[in-house]
Amino acid sequence: MKYYRNLSVSRGRAIARAGARAATLALSAIALLAPWQSASAQLGSFNPDPGPRGTYAIRGARIVPVVGAEIASGTIVIRDGKIEAVGANVTAPAGAKMIDGTGLTVYPGMMDAGTSIGLSEISQGAASTVDISEVGSFNPNAQAFYAINPHSAHIGVTRVVGITHVLSRPTGGIIAGQAAVMNLAGSTAPEMSVVQNAAMVIQLPRSGFGGRGGGFAATTGGGNTQEVNRTRQRQVDSLKTLMRDAMAYGKVMDAYAKDKSLPRPASDVVLASLVSTVRGELPVIMMADRENDIREAVMFAEEMKIKPIIMGGRDAWMMAPFLKQHDVPVLLSAIMDLPSREDDPYDVNFSTPAKLAAAGVKFAITSGDAGAEARNLPYTAGMASAFGLSKEDALKSVTLWPAQILGLGDRFGSIEAGKMANLVVTDGDVLEAKTGTKFLFIDGRPVPLDSKHSVLFEQFKDR
Amino acid sequence: MHRFLSRGALLAACVVVSPVALGMLAPDALIAQAATTTARTGTSGSMLIRNATVLTVTKGTLKNTDILVQNGKITGIGTGLTAPAGTTIIDATGKFVMPGIIDPHSHMMSDAVNEGSLSVTSMVRITDVLNPTAVNVYRALAGGVTSANILHGSANTIGGQNATVKLKYGEEASDMLFPGAPPGIKFALGENVTRKNSNTFVIPGQPTPQKRYPTSRMGQEEVLRDAFTRARDYKATWDDYRSKTAKGDKTLLAPRRDLELEPLVEVLEGKRLVHAHSYRADEMLMLLNLADEFGFKIKTLQHGLEGYKIASEIAKLGAGLSTFADSWSYKIEAYDAIPYNVAILMRHGVVATINSDSDERIRRLNIDAAKLMRYGGLTEDEALRTITINGAIQLGVENKVGSIEVGKDADLGIWNAHPLSVYANVDKTIIDGEVFFDRQKDIAMRAEKEKERAELEQADANKAPGATRRGVITPLPEMPQ
Repeated sequence: MKYYRNLSVSRGRAIARAGARAATLALSAIALLAPWQSASAQLGSFNPDPGPRGTYAIRGARIVPVVGAEIASGTIVIRDGKIEAVGANVTAPAGAKMIDGTGLTVYPGMMDAGTSIGLSEISQGAASTVDISEVGSFNPNAQAFYAINPHSAHIGVTRVVGITHVLSRPTGGIIAGQAAVMNLAGSTAPEMSVVQNAAMVIQLPRSGFGGRGGGFAATTGGGNTQEVNRTRQRQVDSLKTLMRDAMAYGKVMDAYAKDKSLPRPASDVVLASLVSTVRGELPVIMMADRENDIREAVMFAEEMKIKPIIMGGRDAWMMAPFLKQHDVPVLLSAIMDLPSREDDPYDVNFSTPAKLAAAGVKFAITSGDAGAEARNLPYTAGMASAFGLSKEDALKSVTLWPAQILGLGDRFGSIEAGKMANLVVTDGDVLEAKTGTKFLFIDGRPVPLDSKHSVLFEQFKDR
Repeated sequence: MHRFLSRGALLAACVVVSPVALGMLAPDALIAQAATTTARTGTSGSMLIRNATVLTVTKGTLKNTDILVQNGKITGIGTGLTAPAGTTIIDATGKFVMPGIIDPHSHMMSDAVNEGSLSVTSMVRITDVLNPTAVNVYRALAGGVTSANILHGSANTIGGQNATVKLKYGEEASDMLFPGAPPGIKFALGENVTRKNSNTFVIPGQPTPQKRYPTSRMGQEEVLRDAFTRARDYKATWDDYRSKTAKGDKTLLAPRRDLELEPLVEVLEGKRLVHAHSYRADEMLMLLNLADEFGFKIKTLQHGLEGYKIASEIAKLGAGLSTFADSWSYKIEAYDAIPYNVAILMRHGVVATINSDSDERIRRLNIDAAKLMRYGGLTEDEALRTITINGAIQLGVENKVGSIEVGKDADLGIWNAHPLSVYANVDKTIIDGEVFFDRQKDIAMRAEKEKERAELEQADANKAPGATRRGVITPLPEMPQ
């Protein structure tokens, strides 16, 4: 047998099955892998189910609650999916399954608010594994929730670094559809779902190339600037018309609900799906990277009285006072992008989070990745810290802040009594690439630390 | 030093084909080269780095240690070192020094990547298309990288001749070639060669890539077998000619030179290193066995994402492997990639490295290396090896770079924290004892560059058509044909 240090990939599975005896069962759990090995040639089904909800206590661990002071050694009690208590002097209730946290650190589970996880398994050469976009320009009624594959192998490899929940969004067109907030555990979409309809995703048509998501008008303008602009304006007008129709539709439906003697209006699933958006109730994720695209997205949102969240945000640093003034948050996904102009400072995108933080702009750091690379989220936040963001803010930018931006700050993002028990227990700083995960809880359920990758590792490490 | 529309930039402008590159022809691009940064300082190749934590990689970690550099070489490592008067002194108290990072797979500086018309293009050379002013070289320096293996793309079974370079940004391309580095050649197997994904790469306005032999892994084996059979015959013809000529026969005509087969003969003779793009275990095994049959070695399997499935065979047949830290699932042949790949290979005795294959990721290979501690439990030194000395071995330059040892080239990175930490960034990058990147200088120059940029933006020539004062449409400056 070859020598591998830190052979800990199977510990989580042990805890799922054996609770308090978890740490001692690490090696015997390897034997449990055998039935899966045949699955390694299939798509999906690599994510072992979490253990049951119940009462668990993590004892003797360093606790980084994100809200409030760090606890050098304390206890966290988890009951029925929620954090029941946290503190230095909390006593574990009798009957709780105990996890020894000595030498380990507990963090709130991280959130990647910039994925399309479960919607695209293999982006090239396997089109039938990609359900990320619909045809046509306006698809407000397309919901990511209905296409997310709970057995995507991306889920297992993402959660083992401590990313416990994500926003998964459709892409493409002008209205791409509705994004969902999902826990990264469960066998079905309803089991994973936290918010089925978390945000509408809109990309205003842009002229010219650059930034993410392509430029719609640019492809039809044939290089003629005036024609490009006319095409773009037509598309924006169509969007506005649709949104105004949805507003009217909502009014008519409300009126009819109050007074059934009115003529019954015809139902329209497309308009119905837009009503909460145009009323400013459902946040709108607006894809925008370039300075002018960000400005136009914000101005469009103000005109239409919708609630914008900028996603992408490559040039957001140039727009910091503007974003602050208009109170628009940003889901940053451009930190690892190369500078867009040759003469930009080499670290222009690495340092965007620090600049936004200094300007008081609300932001979160996201991977911006469809799924496979989402696991690099913590290192992206760490990189932002290497270029000026404080370590505390770096952690908040992948825990509390994304939750707050999506209106879920009371449910996620910190270790506080009453919040969902999404927790990661590590052997070091959770943002460091070398750090290992020792235990994982999602929705109060212990999650095995196996994934497609650890399964293949076990299968071949000694061959 | 500024390079206004240097030779390389003009070249780049002429060969532009993709819409991404076309985007760079916006007015921005006309001033782009103006403000690129060269932070090189005149050390004359000598310096004394004082009081650093030195990560030698091959000889452990040394605290509070000095490094003396003279004429581009490391001449002393120890405490209390002194230097001749006038030598640049760098106080590295609290800082970490590691060998310059080596990227065994990059396409930076390449004005062309694939000669995609044939599947055997061993005659083409990266050295002919190196653009030394590519700003991504500077950005890579800022990530602590000092050397890279510039390879052709993966369109062809045999792609062309590589260039091993030192990232001496600001110098001519010929001065960036790594002195004494053995020549190499790019091979490729799998989906990119068979063009099975080509319909997903359709670029508006560009012709759809045509089908071309080979379109299967069967054809790839045959293409290689055919090429090396021809090369073996060609070599025999020349050997025969030389042998008879040496014996005094003056009646023979020299055989006709064949620029396609000459590099393959060098491969057969062990004089040219093979770097073979490959993903699936079966295609790697095919290549390793075919090479064995023809009597040569594969220096590196590039990417080799499924290498872990045949680690024993790779070790036995003496190949190295250079891979991504954790990229996967972006195409079918990448679906079984695992981040434990390097750990499994290293435990089987394979010389393994992390590469970027990307002008973006080359900037943070240190973080990619750190991931190997998580996935498979490499030690710090083992993780660092994958981006330093192992890369040097794979490029045949391990006697010159890849570790901090007396006698080696002074290619070094000075970091503000341990380079395997995500919180670390590069303070200085040094090649042959010269500073090619200096973060403090870079920051200090920004205000001046911003001013220069603003001035250039006001120049009529740099305004968008129709943006001049009187509304007169000004044509863009004529591009050289």
